[in-house]
Amino acid sequence: MYRYDQYDQNLVDTRVEEFRDQVERRLSGALTEDQFKPLRLMNGLYLQLHAYMLRVAIPYGTLDGRQMHMLATIARKYDRGYGHFTTRQNLQYNWIKLDDAPDILADLATVEMHAIQTSGNCIRNISSDQFAGAAADEVTDPRPWAELLRQWSSFHPEFTYLPRKFKFAVIASDEDRAAMRLHDIGIQIVERDGSFGARIFAGGGMGRTPVIGKEIKDFVPVTNLLSYLEACIRVYNRHGRRDNMYKARIKILINALGVEEYVRQVEAEYAALDKQDIDPPLAEFERIAAYFAPPAFEADAPDTVDRSDPDFALWLDQNVGQHKQPGYAMATISLKPVGGIPGDASADQMDLMADLAERYSFDELRVTHAQNIVLPHVKKADLYALWQALNQAGLAEANLDLISDIIACPGLDYCSLANARSIPIAQKIAERFADAGRQRDLGELKLKISGCINACGHHHAGHIGILGVDRKGTENYQLLLGGSGAEDVSLAKITGPGFDEAGIVDAVETVTNVYLGAREQGERFVDTYRRVGMEPFKEALYG
Amino acid sequence: MKILTGNDLGTGDVVWWTGSDWSRHIEDASDVGDQGEAIAQAEEGARRVNTPYVIDGEMTETGPRPAHIKDRIRALGPTIRPDLTLKPADPEAGNWVI
Ligand code: SF4
Repeated sequence: MYRYDQYDQNLVDTRVEEFRDQVERRLSGALTEDQFKPLRLMNGLYLQLHAYMLRVAIPYGTLDGRQMHMLATIARKYDRGYGHFTTRQNLQYNWIKLDDAPDILADLATVEMHAIQTSGNCIRNISSDQFAGAAADEVTDPRPWAELLRQWSSFHPEFTYLPRKFKFAVIASDEDRAAMRLHDIGIQIVERDGSFGARIFAGGGMGRTPVIGKEIKDFVPVTNLLSYLEACIRVYNRHGRRDNMYKARIKILINALGVEEYVRQVEAEYAALDKQDIDPPLAEFERIAAYFAPPAFEADAPDTVDRSDPDFALWLDQNVGQHKQPGYAMATISLKPVGGIPGDASADQMDLMADLAERYSFDELRVTHAQNIVLPHVKKADLYALWQALNQAGLAEANLDLISDIIACPGLDYCSLANARSIPIAQKIAERFADAGRQRDLGELKLKISGCINACGHHHAGHIGILGVDRKGTENYQLLLGGSGAEDVSLAKITGPGFDEAGIVDAVETVTNVYLGAREQGERFVDTYRRVGMEPFKEALYG
Repeated sequence: MKILTGNDLGTGDVVWWTGSDWSRHIEDASDVGDQGEAIAQAEEGARRVNTPYVIDGEMTETGPRPAHIKDRIRALGPTIRPDLTLKPADPEAGNWVI
């Protein structure tokens, strides 16, 4: 894991004291809310429905036990004993008091964490593959690249006031576990002639106008990566629309210019840049990469697992993935118990997950964009003990990528921008499909719910997506089918008129029944949808 | 009726204007008539409340009720955590929102 050097630590500590002063001035009346709001947002502090909300950055979703313990401590000490893991691999606290906020940030700084750039029109937390450094299919660990981007984009003076927020994702495998093509810039690290480079996609995003990112460059070596990205964002910063926030994202600019013209301008900008001023020497990248060296795996760890406990075997099949190191595995801890709140974890659960990471996973945890937690490096021989500990704490739901592994944004229960509640819908659907055998029979089925058009719940990328809308003051839910945020990326389409709260649960069951009736051998829900099209689903829903 | 609401500056708590002060309980809300904007401005100046705004509501047998579901959820708390609502002991509290 990356560790702060003295510059990083000074930067974060100084920022905490600066914000402490700003909070004092707000409370004393020296600053109006209009003056203070942009300052608190730059420190991740929002005002939501019930209280202030603090969004803590978890760079590329990686954290260690000490950091997870601190998140638990903060939840207990300053909040109401829990936190919410988000689709941007961050953590949100829902019940923060303004005068506690500087102390919380100071506590976070002691474990090399902060909330900087988790809001505002700047480059946000860099997201990545939750299995980075562990997945058998990656060409290299994408996190050194993500860390390079984090350092470059933190407090970047030119990109602090972009036309709109800007999101990066970095992966290093053909399988896309980070919805890379649905980011403003998505990067896939690829190998060519024995060296690594970045394949760059631009202009993706969800929200009001969902767009799949287009490839703009097939290979940029690490020694030119920052200058190339600088050119990409400069062109956006220059021409992105500031007159209309709904048209301000880079995806709108690229659609308006056309991808060829955007690339032409980027290349012209790139040619004119003083690259030496921007790109770090290779030695600096290698210094960063050294922090992500593989842990000390045992060379002869046994590669077999005793599957005699049937409940354990189910969890093994569903939630455990293949590690690049023989004898090890990647274990996903589901934060989606049936009837629970997707992505929520209590302080006790966070402490337990931190303890288990320390004991079984070389002190590493990951947050997934699907709002689960991963222990990336577990010895196969330890999997049963790990599962037992999780099971005892109610954290051993064997439902990864099944219909009850629902992504849900906070929705109208917490979010001031929401039109409708997301969480109760997720709970009702999970309860309807609670039978584990039924879920497994349905197979991989990614269901994603957003409480408004901003799409934090990734509904456009759901095999089944649900969007909450406000219909004359009552909650209404649109159903979408056929999306994917993975390597088979696609945007879901609306089935037709929306449903009320009970109706949407029935509607989900209806479309799964159509799938069960129509599927061919080996087809997932989304495969059947792609083969048969929308009509049979529409017919079943609306007659 | 017209109800004035906002969030407490320091705690972020949802608060309602009672006629002379702010309360965390919607039951205490008063009808501000056409005075809402003026009170909001004065209160914002007094630094007690963050971004106060006027909403529509109606007086019911059990007290004032905001017209829009968003403000009913603000008045109660998150519907999926009844233990954290202002009426944790009332099993009917969640239904009040809908
Ligand atoms: S999608 Fe909308 S309701 Fe959900 S968290 Fe984002 S802004 Fe809030």
